Amino acid sequence: MNIFEFTILVAAGSFAAGLLGSLTGLGGGVVLVPLLTLFFKVDIRYAIGASLVSVIATSSGAAAAYVKEGFSNIRIGMFLEIATTVGALVGAFLAAFVSTKALAVIFGVMLLYSAYLSRRPRPRAERNSLPDPLATRLRLNGDFPSEEGGMRHYNVQRVPLGFSLMFGAGALSGLLGIGSGAVKVLAMDQAMKIPFKVSTTTSNFMIGVTAAASAGVYLSRGYVDPGLAMPVMLGVLAGSLMGARILVKAETRVLRIVFSVVIAVLGLQMLYKGLTGGI
Amino acid sequence: MTTTRDWNDQRIENMVGNLLRAGVSLSAFVVFVGGVIYLARHGRSPADYRVFQGEPSDLKTISGILREAIRFRGRGIIQLGLLLLIATPVVRVALSIWGFAEEHDRLYMIFTGIVLIVLLYSLLGSGTAF
Repeated sequence: MNIFEFTILVAAGSFAAGLLGSLTGLGGGVVLVPLLTLFFKVDIRYAIGASLVSVIATSSGAAAAYVKEGFSNIRIGMFLEIATTVGALVGAFLAAFVSTKALAVIFGVMLLYSAYLSRRPRPRAERNSLPDPLATRLRLNGDFPSEEGGMRHYNVQRVPLGFSLMFGAGALSGLLGIGSGAVKVLAMDQAMKIPFKVSTTTSNFMIGVTAAASAGVYLSRGYVDPGLAMPVMLGVLAGSLMGARILVKAETRVLRIVFSVVIAVLGLQMLYKGLTGGI
Repeated sequence: MTTTRDWNDQRIENMVGNLLRAGVSLSAFVVFVGGVIYLARHGRSPADYRVFQGEPSDLKTISGILREAIRFRGRGIIQLGLLLLIATPVVRVALSIWGFAEEHDRLYMIFTGIVLIVLLYSLLGSGTAF
């Protein structure tokens, strides 16, 4: 295969990943690394570098649309970004000492967990909890436009737990080159009791900053190959922009089921390759 | 008091939204231009990413990338576009410091400052600069 054919095929695969990721809300970054390593036989370190860069592109592109709607909470985002960026830096440094086989195994487990999370019904977060003193001191509580019209107030809970989970999300992002949006939403929605819509948009807002914290390390370590990152970044960006455009009309329930099965299968394959040394 | 704060928040959020969109568009354009040049020159060579070699120092330091991009090398221009992309969230954070300063929010200026330092360390301190 020559470079031209390779570029076209990688761009097409990345476009599909970006499109499905944005239609299902599960993120395209999570299938990029398995796609590149399993099908295109790319070294996992190059794959992670390219994926990380594309995560910044899609997150910034989507966040540009979200911030204007008034759902994302800039203070929550900024406070938690302290945890995610430090975590991302730690994850990126760790990536240099972890073998490619171990990376594949961790990635496989993470994929299986994401597939499980996406299928599990979301337990309803209780509303109207009392203000938490720490959250009040940090001015994290906020309002958002509710479906019934008007603004709804929410009180943020369990700040230390959320902050720790965010450190983990950052480390995972730096280690695997993913946005780890699923873990971020889990931390905000489940641990900190932030309304789901605020959690997802604020998470999206944070992903770009988190990924930028590890991207610098990856770039300086020579893990970002321009020939590979170019089709991946352009493909994913185009796919996710198109996905956001048709999302309004599309029926995504079936798509979500299909995509979570794909994620689970890729997870098993990564696990297998990592354990048998095929990577 | 709350109304002024909301108004400022809204204005800052609009600016942040525009900045993110501009940064992503610009970097995608630069990456695309670099990609066209790269493919025109190297499209027929065999593709091989099976073996990890790491990038040459010209493509992993800021000064090296700038040198390569000025020489109109495809890979250098792509890398410059990616650098712009990584810089977009960094500028976003820097802009937020100014936003919080306008609101006299000392606590959040400090928080944002910490995030900015971590980002700048990653971009400049971990060996990328020279």
